[in-house]
Amino acid sequence: MFVQALAFYLFAAVAIAAGVMVISSRNPVHSVLFLILAFFNAAGLFILMGAEFLAMILVVVYVGAVAVLFLFVVMMLDINFVELRQGFLQYLPFGALVALALLAELALVLGTWLVSPEASALSRAPTPPADQITNTHALGAVIYTDYIYLFQAAGIILLISMIGAIVLTLRQREGVRRQSVPRQIARRREEAVELKKVPTRSGI
Amino acid sequence: MMEIGLYHYLTVAAILFTLGIFGIFVNRKNVIIILMSIELMLLAVNINLVAFSTQLLGDLVGQIFAMFVLTVAAAEAAIGLAILVVYFRNRGSIAVEDINLMKG
Repeated sequence: MFVQALAFYLFAAVAIAAGVMVISSRNPVHSVLFLILAFFNAAGLFILMGAEFLAMILVVVYVGAVAVLFLFVVMMLDINFVELRQGFLQYLPFGALVALALLAELALVLGTWLVSPEASALSRAPTPPADQITNTHALGAVIYTDYIYLFQAAGIILLISMIGAIVLTLRQREGVRRQSVPRQIARRREEAVELKKVPTRSGI
Repeated sequence: MMEIGLYHYLTVAAILFTLGIFGIFVNRKNVIIILMSIELMLLAVNINLVAFSTQLLGDLVGQIFAMFVLTVAAAEAAIGLAILVVYFRNRGSIAVEDINLMKG
């Protein structure tokens, strides 16, 4: 129990500290790296809660794909980030006000809500005991049966976003000399070489 | 303090969500940081879903929903960054106040 509490406080503290650094660090590259740290610690929290599959998905999808995508874009674009940071202190009071209001509201919600006694009876897919069946197995048994259409829809969303990203960023540049294999093959001798009969001693 | 329960996780998620909102407000000029703040907020939502799913109800549907949130977040990041790259290519800047071509 002590180890669990220690791990929870470690993961939670590092996650929140990394979140603070994401929004306050001067260099966006550092922001992305702190975002990765926050995701890793959230994955640790997921493991503590017993959702191993989601923890691994978080590491693979977020750290492996999304955060690296951010890193690529931040490093690829040549942006003057100092200029973009101006106004940080100007917006700070208003932002802090909104954030404090939101935090107070969330604290009120957290302090006053109650669980309905029949809530657990409404469970759609009760978690099987963890010593008999793993979290991944149990999730798969639900996803591929009851939620198969939503699962396919999620795949379609990812496909559409992939196509959209490619369509948005693909560009045909003018004036680039590229090798065109079909044109090279379709070239005939008549359009490439012209034979001239040169009369002797007169030239063309 | 030593017994870690639902409320601990909900508190962490609430703080992370507030940090995301705060990040959007203070980094109003930088679209990349705004996108990262949105990712933080989605992460907080996921922590909430998983906490309710595992700590309170023992219902796997919460984790499945968290997975769909993850999917949509990945798609959103991909499209958002693609739009950002195209915008930077056309205008040479990503400052939010320059993005006003469609104003009436």
